Amino acid sequence: MKKHALSTRLWHWVNAAAIIVLFMTGLNISNAHRYLYWGDYGFDAKDAWLSVIKFPGWATIPQHYNLALARDWHITAAWPFGVGLLFIWVAMLVNGHFRRDLTSTPRDWTPGAVLASVKAHSGGGTVHGYNPVQRILYGMVFGVLLPLMLFTGLAISPGFQAAAPWLLDVLGGRQSARSLHFIAAWAIFAFFVIHILLAITDWRLILEMFTGGKREPVAPPAPPLPDPVPVPVTEEGTPAHG
Amino acid sequence: MVDLPRRSLLAGIAALGATACSKINDSETAKTLFEAAEDGHRTIHRALAGKQGLAPEYSRAERSPTFRGNGSVTVADPFYQDQLAKGFPEWTLEVRGLVEQPLSLTLADIRALPQRTQITRHDCVEGWSAIGEWSGPQLAALLDAAKVQSQANFIVFRCADVLYGRDYYESIDMVDAYHPQTIIAHTLNGEPLPEKNGAPLRMRIERQLGYKQAKYVKAIEAVESFDTVGQGKGGFWEDVAGYQWYAGV
Repeated sequence: MKKHALSTRLWHWVNAAAIIVLFMTGLNISNAHRYLYWGDYGFDAKDAWLSVIKFPGWATIPQHYNLALARDWHITAAWPFGVGLLFIWVAMLVNGHFRRDLTSTPRDWTPGAVLASVKAHSGGGTVHGYNPVQRILYGMVFGVLLPLMLFTGLAISPGFQAAAPWLLDVLGGRQSARSLHFIAAWAIFAFFVIHILLAITDWRLILEMFTGGKREPVAPPAPPLPDPVPVPVTEEGTPAHG
Repeated sequence: MVDLPRRSLLAGIAALGATACSKINDSETAKTLFEAAEDGHRTIHRALAGKQGLAPEYSRAERSPTFRGNGSVTVADPFYQDQLAKGFPEWTLEVRGLVEQPLSLTLADIRALPQRTQITRHDCVEGWSAIGEWSGPQLAALLDAAKVQSQANFIVFRCADVLYGRDYYESIDMVDAYHPQTIIAHTLNGEPLPEKNGAPLRMRIERQLGYKQAKYVKAIEAVESFDTVGQGKGGFWEDVAGYQWYAGV
């Protein structure tokens, strides 16, 4: 039994590439008008709730200010990101990854549960399954941040608005959608940094995202019972995509 | 814990991306991909919204207090300045190209046509938005009056402003040309257009970005293709900076 389903691994790397391109071209696009507003309109710096810094060339794609090229890259990379998000959601629901690992209960949100997760992690031992912090973080990323990124991106597009004017109403207007797009981007970036810092503590974790790794038994039962441990719906062998 | 030089890691990723991108940017593959994405966005938007699907319209209370002028905000041409001072009595809008009946219309002619008033949001490619109330005849009415020939595929707008030494122009296809919200506006928020917003006439193409909304319009030209117009990319910013011709994203 693989630790990471093929669908998860495929999506992970395609999405990683898409997100890097989207983020860095997004910073270039941000440089075109470095003010964020709430509501439907906004063009005057004095109405802005945030005046954004000018992002330096090393942080942007391309490395110099080029709105046309940055937009080309951005809205092309939005396709693997958007289609990928739909794909991984379907895959996670079908193979049980979502229900098994990414759903959290109110008990997971208590300080005690969070503290226990951090302690278990810093001990350096092998941890089985997803701890409360992981459930919450991954759940937020999949359930809130990534969809928010997609929907705010769609809402900003004037051509798409003719198709779904309700989307702008839900998000509080075009400039609000643009502000949320920016905020969600940085929240994803924060996750990205934590994610990489933690993964780098054990290179095998990264390797497993290529090979699939091996799933450890969910919880070692105290007295070894002869009964087989009920295995959740398998993800390997299930046609996750195609 | 791992002591990671975060900044250098990021710079490393950035540099990696940059090297790769500077090579990819110029490649034919990237160009083909971007064009496919642009065509795809246009097709999908129209499939979802319908060819006649409307951009959101707002109430008067939702208008922005002012309407920003961007790009050209003044026209150097002495004839234009003279007309601006006098209220454009001798300004004409030509309808020409692949039409059976070329037209030359004064502002009075244009005001005498059936009018459409719409309060819409203007989204600049840079990211800002303004909301204003526009009035003018639908482009469709002019095209019908001039009897556009069947081989015409695009409508080109010729403008009086000159940016970076080039005449501004823009173009749209027949779907947007016949869209109900595509109007030739002469009025903004109940007043004749100010110079910064394109006096005396500007286009409103409400499902696309600001650079498509040609200002200071002098002529409307029906063409089969825009290969021989400007540098062949269908618009000033498309030619100068490589902006997408379909500006619906």
